[in-house]
Amino acid sequence: MATLRIKNGSALFGDIRKGQEISLAAWREGVRPEAGRFEISIPNTEDIESLENVIRRFDAVILDFPVFSDGRAYSQARILRERLGYKGEIRARGDILCDQALFMIRCGFDALEIGNGDKDAFTKALGAYSAYYQIASDNSVPIGARRSRRRDAA
Amino acid sequence: MKAITANRLSDGVVVYVDAHGALVERFGDAQLFDADEADEALVRILERKGAIASAYLIDADAAGPTGRGALRETIRKSGPTVRRDLGKQAELTDERV
Amino acid sequence: MYRYDEFDETFVRERVAEFRGQVARRLSGELSEEQFKPLRLMNGVYLQLHAYMLRVAIPYGTLSARQMRQLAMIARKYDKGYGHFTTRQNIQYNWPALIDVPDILDDLADVEMHSIQTSGNCIRNVTSDPYAGAAANETDDPRIWAEVIRQWSSQHPEFSFLPRKFKIAVTASDKDRAAIKVHDIGLRLYRNEDGERGFQVFVGGGLGRTPYIGERIREFLPERQLLSYLEAIMRVYNRYGRRDNKFKARIKILVSSDPDDFRRLVEEEWAKSDREKLNGPLDELLRVRRFFEPPKYENIPQTCNSLDAARARNDEFDRWVRNNVSDHRMAGYAIVNVSLKPIGKAPGDISAEAMETVADIAERYSFDEIRATHEQNLCLPHVRKADLFDVWRALDSARLATANIGLASDIIACPGLDYCDLANARSIPVAARIAERFADSDEADGIGELKIKISGCINACGHHHAGHIGILGVDKKGEEFYQITLGGSGGEDASIGEITGRSFSSSEVVDAVERLVTFYKENRTVGERFLDLYRRLGPAPFKETLYGDAAH
Repeated sequence: MATLRIKNGSALFGDIRKGQEISLAAWREGVRPEAGRFEISIPNTEDIESLENVIRRFDAVILDFPVFSDGRAYSQARILRERLGYKGEIRARGDILCDQALFMIRCGFDALEIGNGDKDAFTKALGAYSAYYQIASDNSVPIGARRSRRRDAA
Repeated sequence: MKAITANRLSDGVVVYVDAHGALVERFGDAQLFDADEADEALVRILERKGAIASAYLIDADAAGPTGRGALRETIRKSGPTVRRDLGKQAELTDERV
Repeated sequence: MYRYDEFDETFVRERVAEFRGQVARRLSGELSEEQFKPLRLMNGVYLQLHAYMLRVAIPYGTLSARQMRQLAMIARKYDKGYGHFTTRQNIQYNWPALIDVPDILDDLADVEMHSIQTSGNCIRNVTSDPYAGAAANETDDPRIWAEVIRQWSSQHPEFSFLPRKFKIAVTASDKDRAAIKVHDIGLRLYRNEDGERGFQVFVGGGLGRTPYIGERIREFLPERQLLSYLEAIMRVYNRYGRRDNKFKARIKILVSSDPDDFRRLVEEEWAKSDREKLNGPLDELLRVRRFFEPPKYENIPQTCNSLDAARARNDEFDRWVRNNVSDHRMAGYAIVNVSLKPIGKAPGDISAEAMETVADIAERYSFDEIRATHEQNLCLPHVRKADLFDVWRALDSARLATANIGLASDIIACPGLDYCDLANARSIPVAARIAERFADSDEADGIGELKIKISGCINACGHHHAGHIGILGVDKKGEEFYQITLGGSGGEDASIGEITGRSFSSSEVVDAVERLVTFYKENRTVGERFLDLYRRLGPAPFKETLYGDAAH
């Protein structure tokens, strides 16, 4: 089972790093991680903002795509990155097609559990676009701002 | 009786399954199955995912589609009722359409 | 009108390349139909009864002559020589082969067009007022904002897998020609008492299975705040919209369950967001604005003697001017509506030859601009009054001058069971028979404004709930039946039509419509439209007209 990770703007494939993972439900029952790398998995129905104090303790947050058409975790990821300023790993789990990979990365995910997905297809999908219209959670400069810069330079 | 119909993957054209399991454009060439044979034949066709976009059973007799879905399937078999110059009714001109 | 720069061009080409790859993966068997379906839908490719269907976006309904000629070329080369204009200012081709679609998309990209997000559970092609830039009493050109929304919504990373489809319409006029109150988001630009421009924001309108008029969730949103506010609405919907039941997944269900709570959630989300960042740079907005500067009108008088003389000479032309020509904001100019409703034909269908005729006329007489309307007609927005007679003759030669705009035969109809995989009954033959019944021009003029809208299933692509007379096709044990609703409107006075009673068979429905019209003619006061009479009298006498004593 492979994981795609984005490091310094390029895609690396490897096994899922086995941190110590607990679910949000377990956390709520009082389970606490021991020493090492801590990861927490959160259902896509949760209000991520209200979990700020929980999430801060973890090295990675795993967000869920129960089916690829259920896009709630995109909003969770953006809130985590942009509003809560979360700096750890945000990993996508579930029904992940290469056709969604770019949306995920742009919303702040930096790791995708791609299972047996075709690595080449994922790599290609991540490079499908040279620029985007919207501002999002990635560091890309949106097209509007690129136009402004170009005018300023001219 | 039942017939098996599908839309061809490459161009979406309405097709039927004939006696040899081939996909044919004319309803007149379609094989008519008894209900129990039809289910088995459908399973075999659904395995051909690279050839068709969808496949399902319809009620039919030698004259054409029958039953509740007859109007819809007759329109698929022939073409739009508002454009007699389009679809199979225009392209397949012999009477076995 | 807006022109692509290299960023837009590159983006659209990259989208075509991506789709070309997706089609190849499907044809090779790497993708199953279940996996491919949502991908093809995101690019407007449906599978219908006879073939695939490709829906091409016409952003906010604006087309140049060059674009229209390319649409004609595509109709000939890849289809069967015609296209179908829809109720969302798009055009659909009914017969393309899947293997040709990537090439069609490249041909569209050659003229700055695409089919991005014309289907799927994402933000769809943005619609607007077909009279934008030409209408009198307009606050601003709404297409500026429609283009801003087009760019912002294209491949939006957070909002491409919403609970359900999402439609936005923008207008900047008191007269609503974009049906904004039956959209997921309807935006009306106006000036407040301080003279500032901003939007009235309606959310949660829609037709389909459970029709609603949009809730006004904000009375005034300063225009510069639009994108951040839209992001807030979309995020609330993405998080809280229902995903357990397809029929309850539209934003209207979320809004209508508690409008005040929805408004609170949006305002809270918006308050927390980084508005400055989301609204985008001001100079980008100014750049888009420059594309919508008015054309170089001539300074000509409002009255046109040659027009008046031609109208006096030719009754048919006079009728066409009366019914199909609207006032323009500039003296000496007019807005020409091109009817795609010749009596007895499929509403919205147009041949490749007729597309080219419209393109030629637009280039010569309308500053190279064409508009598609949500009522499935076209519009030439800037025609000199002195040219109207020549324009009429040119249109008439291509059967494009039916003088029936807004009248009984100007019927909206979805493709229905003649083409559509979802339909329960045919729409086009019913539209054709009703139009034939009211084909007499004097009689149709005498009836006046009458909006008849026909859908072949509950999804309501034919906007039947918004028709003065709405007709919904239903299937009863394999037979086509038609349910009648009355009193709907998609305009500024929006309302949802009310169901009258039992449905009519295909052979009864046209007579039923005629009975309603006869009742109207016998009971109206001077200047009272069908809709006004219905609102004045209420449903009872209309039901009695339809069903006789059995209504009681």
